[in-house]
Formats: sequence, structure tokens, C-alpha cells
Amino acid sequence: MKVSLFITCISDVVYPRVAAAIVKLLNRYGIEVDVPDIQTCCGQPAFNSGYWDEARASASTILDAFEASDFVVAPSGSCTGMIHHYYEELFKDDRVRLAQAIRLKEKTYEFTQFLVQVLGIKDVGAEFPHKVTYHPSCHGTRLLGIKEEPRELLSHVRGLELIALPHQEDCCGFGGTFAVKMSAISGAMVEEKADHVLVTEAEVLVGLDMGCLMNIGGHLEYRGEPVRIMHVAELLEEGVRRAHEH
Amino acid sequence: MLMSIRADHSTVQKTPDSVKGRAELALNNEFLRRAVKFTTERLKSGKLAAAEEHGNWEEWRERGRQIRLHTIAHLDYYLEQFVNNARAHGVHVHFASDAKEAVQLTMRIAKEKQAKSAVKSKSMVSEELHINHALEEEGIEAIETDLGEYIIQLAHETPSHIIIPAIHKNRHQIAELLSKEAGEDLPPDTAVLAGFVRKKLREKFLEADIGMTGCNFAIAETGSMVLFENEGNGRMVSTVPKTQITFMGMERIIPTLDDLEVMATLLPRSATGQRLTVYMSVLSGPRRAADADGPEEMHIIILDNGRSLQLGDTHFQELLNCIRCGACLNACPVYRHIGGHAYGGVYSGPIGAVLTPALNKNMAEWDDIASASSLCGACYEACPVKIPLHDMLVYLRHRKVEAGRGEQAEKMGMQGFRFIMSDAKRLKMIAKLGRWVQKPFVRDGKITTQIGPLKGWNAYRHLPSLPSETFREQWKQLEQELHASGRPTVHEEIRARMEKLVAARNQSDHMHAGDMARSSDLQAASRLKAAEGERRDER
Ligand code: SF4
Repeated sequence: MKVSLFITCISDVVYPRVAAAIVKLLNRYGIEVDVPDIQTCCGQPAFNSGYWDEARASASTILDAFEASDFVVAPSGSCTGMIHHYYEELFKDDRVRLAQAIRLKEKTYEFTQFLVQVLGIKDVGAEFPHKVTYHPSCHGTRLLGIKEEPRELLSHVRGLELIALPHQEDCCGFGGTFAVKMSAISGAMVEEKADHVLVTEAEVLVGLDMGCLMNIGGHLEYRGEPVRIMHVAELLEEGVRRAHEH
Repeated sequence: MLMSIRADHSTVQKTPDSVKGRAELALNNEFLRRAVKFTTERLKSGKLAAAEEHGNWEEWRERGRQIRLHTIAHLDYYLEQFVNNARAHGVHVHFASDAKEAVQLTMRIAKEKQAKSAVKSKSMVSEELHINHALEEEGIEAIETDLGEYIIQLAHETPSHIIIPAIHKNRHQIAELLSKEAGEDLPPDTAVLAGFVRKKLREKFLEADIGMTGCNFAIAETGSMVLFENEGNGRMVSTVPKTQITFMGMERIIPTLDDLEVMATLLPRSATGQRLTVYMSVLSGPRRAADADGPEEMHIIILDNGRSLQLGDTHFQELLNCIRCGACLNACPVYRHIGGHAYGGVYSGPIGAVLTPALNKNMAEWDDIASASSLCGACYEACPVKIPLHDMLVYLRHRKVEAGRGEQAEKMGMQGFRFIMSDAKRLKMIAKLGRWVQKPFVRDGKITTQIGPLKGWNAYRHLPSLPSETFREQWKQLEQELHASGRPTVHEEIRARMEKLVAARNQSDHMHAGDMARSSDLQAASRLKAAEGERRDER
């Protein structure tokens, strides 16, 4: 059974600790993860901006990278959503690529989905005695329907106090190039999101997408607010290590 | 595009000609932001509660969608049926291909009737026509009778929301406007203000020669038009004046009265969270001998104005399914911060961001509004007929690029993206380069300088600096470490789950291939197989 990691470009270059956490966590269950070296980015930044040729050039590396995989796991609801929701549209005029895209879609999972739905794991045996709030990113929730999986996983972490994030369904304002192109609107959105995070008095903000977390975390830092941002995978992995230290 | 909103009679305020500029204007208007946020939040939570209370919301949403999909797919048939039935009731039915024609038709009727004044109930289509302006130019007084529209008219503005035209104004601003009209100080008390307007409008209703209405739905099987409203002004407009003119978008059709039941459930709940609208009028022709009231003459002007352009367009036809409930505006996190005027068109929010360019043939001047979205999909989630507005926004951006209208800087950026992302070796190289370039800017693991492409981002945030190694660069060592640490064997149960999933997938793949072979597309299937074989050989 070949389980491959779709690193995602942001996790590869900016947050390697997230990809490492996934690999380490899966290793505990005996799952050897394969990391194809030819993968780059799902193509979303170009696709969403309307540059579909450019998006195809990037997405093709993903199609090719995972041809031989049985399962593909990604630390992002947004990049997984791109594969699930838009690859067929993107490659509709190329029958070969289209067939590849459909096969990829069937075997690609966002990390928490993979853990809960595929492996059937709800309790990783972690311990994390902190106040935590969870931001459900838009694409994971709306394109992939991820609602229960992260909560389920977090609810089994010993010592973790999960505080509901008010207006959690509101977008944080990241939106890829939107944050740069429409920076004032995006800024207003992230400001509001950060206000809501601060209301929870959580020490840690967790999520499934480093783009959104980089946005919210970056704004919190800008305001001098010491809230730590973590991917759910990181939290679980750190929590497991902690539990094993005792 | 240059658009002007008159702040009052004497001063003319130019609004910026880009959505970005207009949005920044709105973002600096605390009154507007607070008012819009307050009301959209109320409407949004009302809608969520009403959907919850309904019990079968998702099922009804799907029913609504199916009705709209079916109707639009057979629009020519149902439109003809509607027109024939309406004419049989004695309605004068007119077609207008664009706003100009609709205005001409209206003016012809008004002149024929020697009209001096008209009362109007709420109609977004009439906003497309700028009909009030046209009437006033001919010396015909046109009075909006919906409270929100009346306020907007007094302020010489345009509606900033499909359902709540004056959503951007607070109680105090409204009291100020109405006090000016009343010639006395009115307190910012909703009951008092509404009472004043009601009294004022009563006179207007009695004087008016023409009543103008919009049309929420037109029922093909009965030839009736349906009005949804909460204030009762629509009833007055459609019963008191001798002549009635109804403006109707050509896509407003539903096939039967049964379908109206679904719409009467979906629309008010989505719009305001009401179970039912306060007044729902089903009007089938002018006054008959036995009727107590009603207009002597009834006209319906069916407007195209860019709508038929969407027919047959796989990406945009579903736009015609819209029932103008405004739920997507209330759910939109961008709309909440910038309000409706920032969108620059008659329709605002997510539906406006797509509808305006679509109705205007995707002209360059509307290119930028599709950018004012983070593509979060809240609009789609809220929409009672499931229009994928978030996808359409991407399609619009794509069309702009395809038409060669992409901005130069962005185009270059995307070429760079392609260069880097089409080959993992280049991505690695660029990451290295990035680490070197960032050096002078990094403080405590972050970059705060607001220069170049970082300007927009760092005006509101700090940027994390690139770590010393990419994941890829760590991977070899990590892999060895994990290997050396002695990996446990996979638990039987987990292995079984995985194998089952893969088996199920393979089976459904075979079935797909079987379907394809059975279908008339036999040749295509074999071509596909051959091509796949070739590709495998290449590797
Ligand atoms: S697009 Fe959907 S949610 Fe928006 S106004 Fe139309 S029907 Fe309502």
C-alpha cells in the first residue's frame, strides 16, 4: 500500500515542520510515507487568478507525482479541494490528463480526513494541556465537507481545552493573491478574525491550512498578540511526543 | 468606469473608478461598516435559524435548484406559455431587449395616459432601467413607496442591497433625512419614522396615475405575476392607480403554482429569516367587473438586458436561477466590510460581482469586481438555489485573462509561477535564493518591511521568514531516522480498511470503464486507453 505525501508548496518552503509532523505521526502507525520529488504546487494561485495554462503547468507535476500512489495525503483542505473540485475543469480538454485527474481525486485526502475516514483513528494518544481554538478554513469545510474530523481528533487529546471560535465560519481574508491584490479588504477581514480569536483567550490557534494560519498568525503577531499557530497535525504530533515522555 | 452618486442637490461626489478604490472609501466609513455589519448579521442568523427550523432545508434547496434548472433549460417554452396565459387575462405584454427599449415602452404608456405621477414598489429590474430618472426628465413624478427605497430616493443614492436598499444607513442618518422632508425634527424611532412615511405616501398613492411594480415570480401555467413584500405598499401600488406597469426579468418564470410553494418557502426564509412573507400577491390580469379593486389596465414589460447571453453558457447559465433573496450578500465577509456601492453596479455582493459583468457582456470596465472575493464559498453555502458563485468568480477571472486583459504585473508574476512550479528543481533553487535574498530583512524569524510585493501583506501582518531548510531538503535525513527508529507493523484493522477502500475504488473504476465502453463513445474510450498506454510507456 503506497501512501504518498503531497507536501504542498507552502508547507515545503515555509512550514516544513507541518509535513514532518504528518510523516512522523503516520510512522507511529507503521505507515511508511513516500514523498515524490517531482511534485510542486497544486496550481491554485494561478488557477484562481484566471491563469489556467500556468495552473496546468504546475498541476501536471502533481498528476504525475502520484500516479503510482494508493493514497495521497495533504496538510491542506484548500490544496486538496483544488484537486477534488477544480482539476476536472482544468483538464477537461485533455483526455489523458483528465483521466489522471479523476484517479488522483479518488485517492487524495486532507490529513484529518485520512486519519479519521481512511485509517479509522480518532485518538492518537496525545496530551496537550493548553487552551486551544480551531478555525475551520473555508475550502476544507465547503469544498470537502470537513466538519467533524478535526474536532473528533482534538476532543481526544488529553488536557486540551477546546474553546469555540465565535463566527468561526467567516473567512479569515487570506484567499491567496486576494490578500495582496485587495489588501485593504483582506486586512479588514483578518482583523475581525483575530478579534474573535482573542475573545477565546486561547494560547493556540489550530487549523488545517497553513495559508490561513499564516494570515491570522501574521496579523496577531503584527498586533503583538502572542497566540501560537499550529496545524492540527503538529499539535497531535507534539502531543503524542509529550504523552510518551511520561 | 466613472460613476457619480449625488450626495445632495448641490455637491457632486465622484466615486473612484475601481472596486479597490470604492472599497477603501467604504472601509474608511465607520458608520457604513457598522450599519452593514449589524443588519447582515441579523439577517444571516435569521436565515440560519429559519433553515434549521424548517427541518428539511437541504432537500428543499435541492428542489428549488431543480425547479430553476428545469425552467431555465426550457425558458422559451415557459415564457411563451406565460405570455399566452397573461394575454388571455387581458394583460398587455411587451418585450424589451435592453434597458433603453424598456424605458421607451414605459414612456409611451405614460404619455398615452397623460400621467403626472407614478408610485413604485420595490423592483431591482427598474434599477437596471434608471426609470425614475427617465420619468422625472419628462416631468412625471416617480415616488418609491418601499420604505428603504424611499429613503434612498430622498438621499439621491442607489440601493446598496437587493433586499434592504438602505442597509448602509443607520437610524440616526435616516431620521435626519426624513426630518428634512417633514420640516420638523423626527426622533430616530422606527415606529415614528415609518408612521411619517406612511402618512406622506398615502397622499401619493391616491394621486398617482401609474403604479409600477417588479415581479418576484411569473407563473407560466396561470399567467399570473407574484409579488412578495412586507409593507403592503405593493398591494397599494397594484390596486389604487388605474394603470399598472410591471417590470420583469425574462428569467423570473416558474412553471406552476405548486412550484410557487417551494419558492414561497425558500425566498423569505433566505432573505430575512421569515417563514412567510407578510404579503404575497398573485395577480392575474387587470380588474374584472366583479373585482373590488385593481388597475383598469395592466402592462408587463419583460426585460432581457443581457440575460439571454447566459443561456447555453455552461459556466454562467445558472446565474439565471437566482431568486434575488440577498442571502449571498448577508453571508459574504467582503460585503460585510465594504457594503454594496463598492461593487459599482445595480446588483452588489457576490451575485452582483458575477451578474454585473455577465449582463454587461464581460466588458473590460467590469473586470475588476470579480477580484473582490476571497473565494470562500459562503455565498454558495447560503444560496437557496445553490448557485456556485465562488466558481463563477474564478471563471470570470479566467475570461478576463483569456481576453488578454490581465494586468501586466500579475501576468509577469504568473509567468514566474509557471517557470518555478513546472519543475521541482526550480522550486528548490528558488527556495534557496529566497533564503539568501531575505537575509537583510529578517528580524526574529519574521519580515516586517513594507516594500515591493510585500507592501499589501505587511501593512496588516508580519511575514514568517523562510526556514533554513525546505521539507524536501530535510526529507532524506528524516526518512533515515524514521527507518532506523524501527517502524511498527501496520495494525491489521487499519490495513484492512485501506485495502477495502482501494478495492472499492478499483471496482468503481472498472464500472466507469464499462459504462464508457457501453456508451456510444466507444471510440473515445479506446483512444483514451491507447493514450494512457503511451503515457505509461513514456515513463
Ligand atoms: S445568488 Fe442565490 S443567494 Fe444570492 S441573491 Fe441569488 S438566489 Fe439569493
